[in-house]
Amino acid sequence: MRSVIAIYVENKYGVLTRVSGMFMRKGFNIDSLTVGETDDPAYSRITITLNGDKYAREQLINQLRKLYNVKQVKLLEPETSVERELMLIKVRNTPENRSEVLAAAEIYRAKVIDYTTDAMCVEVTGEPQKIKAFIEVMKPLGIIEMCRTGAVALQRGGTIMEKE
Amino acid sequence: MMSGAQIVVETLIEQGVTDVFGYPGGQVLNIYDELYKAGDRINHVLAAHEQGASHAADGYSRVTGKVGVVIATSGPGATNLVTGIATAMLDSIPMVAITGNVPTSLIGRDSFQEINITGVTLPITKHNYFVSDVHELADTIREAFRIAKSGRPGPVLIDIPKDVQVAQCAFTRGDIVDHIPQETADDADIDRAVELINASKRPYIYIGGGAAGRGMTEDIIALAEKIDAYVGCTFMGLSAMKNSYPRFLGMEGMHGRYASSMANKEADLIIGIGVRFSDRATGNVAKYAKNAKIIQLDTDLSEINKNVRVDVGLIGSIVSSFSRILKRCDKQSHPEWRATVEAFKTEERLIADEAERMANGAMTPKKIFDVINEVKDERTVIATDVGQHQMWAAQYTDFEMPRRFASSGGLGTMGYGLGAAIGAQIASGDRTVLITGDGSFGMNLNEMATAVSYNTPIVIVLMNNGVLGMVRQWQTLFFGKRYSNTVLNRQTDFVKLAEAFGAKARCVDNIADFRAAFEEAMQHDGPYLIDTLIDMDEFVLPMLPPGGSIDDIITVKPEVK
Repeated sequence: MRSVIAIYVENKYGVLTRVSGMFMRKGFNIDSLTVGETDDPAYSRITITLNGDKYAREQLINQLRKLYNVKQVKLLEPETSVERELMLIKVRNTPENRSEVLAAAEIYRAKVIDYTTDAMCVEVTGEPQKIKAFIEVMKPLGIIEMCRTGAVALQRGGTIMEKE
Repeated sequence: MMSGAQIVVETLIEQGVTDVFGYPGGQVLNIYDELYKAGDRINHVLAAHEQGASHAADGYSRVTGKVGVVIATSGPGATNLVTGIATAMLDSIPMVAITGNVPTSLIGRDSFQEINITGVTLPITKHNYFVSDVHELADTIREAFRIAKSGRPGPVLIDIPKDVQVAQCAFTRGDIVDHIPQETADDADIDRAVELINASKRPYIYIGGGAAGRGMTEDIIALAEKIDAYVGCTFMGLSAMKNSYPRFLGMEGMHGRYASSMANKEADLIIGIGVRFSDRATGNVAKYAKNAKIIQLDTDLSEINKNVRVDVGLIGSIVSSFSRILKRCDKQSHPEWRATVEAFKTEERLIADEAERMANGAMTPKKIFDVINEVKDERTVIATDVGQHQMWAAQYTDFEMPRRFASSGGLGTMGYGLGAAIGAQIASGDRTVLITGDGSFGMNLNEMATAVSYNTPIVIVLMNNGVLGMVRQWQTLFFGKRYSNTVLNRQTDFVKLAEAFGAKARCVDNIADFRAAFEEAMQHDGPYLIDTLIDMDEFVLPMLPPGGSIDDIITVKPEVK
């Protein structure tokens, strides 16, 4: 079962280590983790995704709530939240695959952000399934390297997590 | 204006600290200078090793409930605290550890005696701090105390680089910080718990470390009487209940007593108060309490459903949840349940009598504890190390007062006892008996020097069998008697050793001599070691084999070829 959890933390030295260290010592396996400052620079927001059963998810949320720099933890349900991920993917630029890469980029509403004689770099944004699908399309065309941000997510509507 | 070092000492005094344990060094010189100047307001106890100091702070806390404080220098001073901090973490003991560090300008350069102690202690503290600005120092220390003692208590470390100790800042004296307010359990959940209690025919109250020292003894007795329940405890729950209370069955678990383990198995309702259902307490969780409903009271939300699925989890103040349950549940009578448990108690006595008969008059652990129980009074503090002697202490010691037991439960720290006994004695002013073994004692016996320096009246009952008895017991049972590295073959003369430190000592090999020595030791003004020679093949029984359940309980020493 895939879960997306948003964590609102104090923007202090070592907080990311505290959060990620807890995952390690409690034996939680995280698929992705992203972190960035919020509109209030005193706080950061972490988004994690994990695969695990309900027990693991409940334990993870409870353990997070015990950390002193963690102010709020929220499980984001897919129906009531929006989720995006960004990927940069570099593929070989050869006469054989050039048109296919460009066509795929257009269909996926991706952007070619770098173009040289030997390589193209494509920026793709979307839900994680879309990113995954794009990777599958690129695989036979020769992926040189790629980089994913991991998911970021917000609740739909006017609900604000940190004010709850 | 005050220096950071002075702020450290003034904030400790402000927080009600009267005793600290520690060891000086290069990066805490400034703090020690301020401790010297404030010597009439705060007492510093110098240990022989920082680990001993950390265990002393832990023992100090266990008997008083106050936050234990330990101070060490950077690098090795700080890393020597690690075992003591981890011990406190696993047993939820409130502690503040203060370490010095190299000046901020030298941080991260592998400077002399530099270690990133906040990184090292991250998984073994409730929280920790690196203070980089003297203006934040006083409030950081206050917050550390608040975190250490709030909710589920635990250790907090504050690392203070030397330049912050030297820097000047204004200081305004504050008040002793309060606990972080606890949640209280939902009324609906309390009602669900009460429903389960009212429906139960075989209720069993199961108390743990979370109930110890919270002044709940009388309330627990009141509930047991009201609902006709029996009471058992975890290792950490020992001394939370009076052993003289007839419904109290003692500790259960891997080396728990027969009657309490059986009562737990037969119960149809387990009311767990501040227990975490650890593997040592439950045995195989798949087979644990299969026919019982479980109510769990805990301040720590992550404990609910962590090890065992419970029917009702009451998160928040244990004391509040418990008194609400007590008020609401019905008065009940379960004569059948009483008959069942009384039969378990009779069986337990028969097993004990048979074991004594088999012992043929030898000085068994049971006999040693009979003497200790007879001679000690209810204020006597019992500290232990880790191993067979610890389990015997847990099974046989009579406690009548809370906070009279200092022993490393969760981490199982060999070498914990002597430091803890010193801290517990200094905290309580009461006679303290350290039960230890020759293995554990060998780990931190350097603290004998401390006990002598401060002339602390500690009676050390060294249960000397020349082997690492607990491991040997497992090797006997599960490893074909291949005694790999558990036969000590040391030539240590513990009487001469104690005398060399300046303590009094005596060696005994029979129970009459033990009694004479123990009586003398309990009157002695200062540390007194009794080298007590016991058989190397004594077993801790009963025993649930690893991965087993109560159905696999071993009560009689098996014949092993």
